[in-house]
Amino acid sequence: MNIHEYQAKEILKSHGVSMPPGGVAEAPDEAETVARELGCAQFIVKAQIHAGGRGKGGGIKLAKTPAEVRQQAENILGMQLITPQTGPEGKLVRQVLVTEAVHLDKEFYLAILVDREISQLALIGCAEGGINIEEVAAQTPEKIIRTQLDPAFGLTPFQARQFAYRLITDEAYRELIPKATQLILSLYDAFTACDCSLVEINPLAIVKTGDGLDIAAVDAKVNLDDNALWRHPELAAMRDPHEEDARELEASESGLSYIRLDGNIGCMVNGAGLAMATMDIIKQHGGEPANFLDVGGGASTEAVAHAFRLILADENVKAVLVNIFGGIMKCDTIANGIVEAAKQVSLNVPLVVRLEGTNVELGKQIIADSEMNVQSAEGLADAAQLAVAAATAA
Amino acid sequence: MSILVNKYTKVIVQGITGSSGRFHTEQCAAYGTQVVAGAVPGRGGSDVNGIPVFDTVAEGVAATGANTSMILVPARFAADSVMEAAAAGVNLIVCISEHIPVLDMVRAKAYLARFQGAPTGAAPRLIGPNCPGIITPGECKIGVMPAFAYSRGNVGIVSRSGTLTYEAAFQLKQLGIGQSTCVGIGGDPVIGTNFVDVLQLFEADAETHAVVMIGEIGGSAEETAAAFVKAKMSKPVVGFIAGQTAPSGKRMGHAGAIISGGKGTAAEKIAALENADIVVAESLATIGHTVASVLANVA
Repeated sequence: MNIHEYQAKEILKSHGVSMPPGGVAEAPDEAETVARELGCAQFIVKAQIHAGGRGKGGGIKLAKTPAEVRQQAENILGMQLITPQTGPEGKLVRQVLVTEAVHLDKEFYLAILVDREISQLALIGCAEGGINIEEVAAQTPEKIIRTQLDPAFGLTPFQARQFAYRLITDEAYRELIPKATQLILSLYDAFTACDCSLVEINPLAIVKTGDGLDIAAVDAKVNLDDNALWRHPELAAMRDPHEEDARELEASESGLSYIRLDGNIGCMVNGAGLAMATMDIIKQHGGEPANFLDVGGGASTEAVAHAFRLILADENVKAVLVNIFGGIMKCDTIANGIVEAAKQVSLNVPLVVRLEGTNVELGKQIIADSEMNVQSAEGLADAAQLAVAAATAA
Repeated sequence: MSILVNKYTKVIVQGITGSSGRFHTEQCAAYGTQVVAGAVPGRGGSDVNGIPVFDTVAEGVAATGANTSMILVPARFAADSVMEAAAAGVNLIVCISEHIPVLDMVRAKAYLARFQGAPTGAAPRLIGPNCPGIITPGECKIGVMPAFAYSRGNVGIVSRSGTLTYEAAFQLKQLGIGQSTCVGIGGDPVIGTNFVDVLQLFEADAETHAVVMIGEIGGSAEETAAAFVKAKMSKPVVGFIAGQTAPSGKRMGHAGAIISGGKGTAAEKIAALENADIVVAESLATIGHTVASVLANVA
């Protein structure tokens, strides 16, 4: 699950990660109040959306006074912010984060993630901040510092300290090593306590304050492990439904896995791998899938009816392809379920059904005998062809 | 021969009294798998269709000689169940459960590694989680796969996806090509046994003449496997990668199936496979025929 920057910062701060003070606002008035309470010399007003590259789209602005904060918040709130990660339609900004504007003396990259290759957590750093870490990793991998973390021992203080020394090599910043070590340890605490799948501080910065130098998280990104949210109801409550496709949310609440795409052929498949491969075969036959949908192993009438409703709520859909490999459940049972579900939702676009498994002939017969606009396919390639033809003709 | 499981394999089912545990235990036993015990805390002394249930895996293993565990428990207990099985001394753990928190699996995997070099021998092997299980057709089925899709023969299948394994096995069966063993390694980011582990076993198995490897977007396990095939495998490998049309940044059903930061795409994986002289089936519909033509060339 993705959360906003301000939420990520709340989590990290509660585990002891230092950062410039700030507060979130939903209206220009509120933003001004936050700024007055902060009472600092300069402010940054940051759009809160689930996408990176906000500055490039005009979603991050400097303000010198609380009145200017109000002005910038007025500009940003309600805008359709377009960044390299939002797609051309952009995202509506509903909240801004107002923080103290700090002088960044030096920027770093710091993250903890699940390294799939070694099945362990890895601490990742780079002495260049504000960068695209994937690009740096691909082009100059020698610039990436990493330490893998044995779950039996977690992140030990010496590892954090060594990492800090490798990250901060400039003599001028030596005095900050203890603070950096503590920050890295706090980051790890937050990661494990909250069941994160990614924690990223980009940039982590050395900032000049009146009292000298300090180290702080200027930006923060936290992804939470969906499978562990049951352990953290307070984190689950951070879900922002505005940031998620309404249908994807509805699907996940009812145990279906649905992802909206741009095409016009709705897909209903059992199994995630088969669902992806079905999208691929539609494309290979010249069509475009409208969605990914895993209806689950059983493909019960109830699940199929629900899936039909989700698919048909997308007005782009001109035809629906159902691809079910009947596992434990027999094809005739599944076919009856599909026909019943199609009636329940008054299916009004052509339906192509490909069934395979036990009693497949019986299943096909049930599909053929139904009085609906439904075609039974002979195999996968035939199914894709029929669906593409039906969508094109519509 | 075959790999990992055969008619001598003795299975203990963790979660045997749940609806899914009960159902799939019956299916496995009906297939001929030796299901000798079940383990459910608080249910010791009862039985499921004559299969004795124990409170702990350790008791079940001691009483029945079970050497393999099948785990069908709710996600929140699954990683702990994996560790319990390992501590009880089974040497193969097949974890079907899905939606397990990734940090739980990181811990469980590290726990299994502790047994490496122990007096009892190698670390127990974990298959899964979030997988359909493993089947040696005609001998032993441990998992939730539909038995009718499989037939015995000389092709090994290893896959991250359940239904794609059924699909591939069934296409082969219809062409008269059977399988030695089929292993579902699971769709999670952190899994026990990976592609390379299984490829190594198939390479050493006399009954396996060719291998089908079914991957999907996300991570780099397919690329690592391709490098292994190029360097170490003499047997032909046919590949298939699902998710060529998957958008970036979205989890496609499986927790591990996500293109992140532009990495883990189907195109990259297909290129890596082809670079290792793996014949990649162009579409889902042609996996069976691709294997048939590769086998014809070998013969």
